[in-house]
Amino acid sequence: MPVTDVQHDLDALTLTITADFAAPVERVWQVYADPRQLEKVWGPPTYPATVVDHDLTPGGRMTYYMTSPTGEKHAGYWVVGEVDEPRSFTFEDGFADADFNPLPGLPVSRCVYTFAEHDGGTRATYVSAYASAEALQQVLDMGVVEGASAAIGQIDVLLAG
Amino acid sequence: MVTEDADRADALFHALADRTRRDILRRVLAGEHSVSALAAKYDMSFAAVQKHVAVLERAGLLIKRRSGREQLASGDVAAVRSVASMLTELEQIWRGRIARIDLLLSSDPDSDSDQED
Repeated sequence: MPVTDVQHDLDALTLTITADFAAPVERVWQVYADPRQLEKVWGPPTYPATVVDHDLTPGGRMTYYMTSPTGEKHAGYWVVGEVDEPRSFTFEDGFADADFNPLPGLPVSRCVYTFAEHDGGTRATYVSAYASAEALQQVLDMGVVEGASAAIGQIDVLLAG
Repeated sequence: MVTEDADRADALFHALADRTRRDILRRVLAGEHSVSALAAKYDMSFAAVQKHVAVLERAGLLIKRRSGREQLASGDVAAVRSVASMLTELEQIWRGRIARIDLLLSSDPDSDSDQED
């Protein structure tokens, strides 16, 4: 498994995941720079993502929708912040209506993706932060969970902090 | 129902967003402690520790009972798991994405030599 580390930070409501990929940094960057590759990895085969607008530049906008197993479409958007190709980019990820207008009052997560050369491959660090526990709960309630079933028994990970 | 869950989530995260409260919770999950025994472990007043215990109790993470003159506190394992499960659900989404990225990268025709642009 490429995942090498997972940090749950209850104080900052942040999930940080580190993964090592056997490919150069530039290749991993392409996954995000190419909308056809991004949609392949964003949603699972049972809940596929379709990227519509794609502008991975500072202030740029990405829009996408995910199609549920029953055919319902859930739209989302990214507002890109800083871009340091091919090493890192930041964005806000939120929910949108069918015309890709941000839905007010719904949670937005702040994301930082970083890619660094590591042992001939790439170490990717994905950070997602939520403004409140309510926002995190809402994100999980909204179907973004893609039907993922929760594993339990993480008490040690949580309380180790 | 969703709002109730969200209120509950706020109370849980608030309760756990403090180092002393997490430490108290660790102790009471391991076994029942009297509040005065807990208070003796920290460099703070009995009242301050009692207040932390009350926050944990309101969040449903800790259960108190009275035995004679003592108040005994124990942790509610199921409640702690519900907080953990929110971040864990999110983690599962991420693990899925990372597995798909790995699959995509390894399906490149020439995955360890030169990349086409």
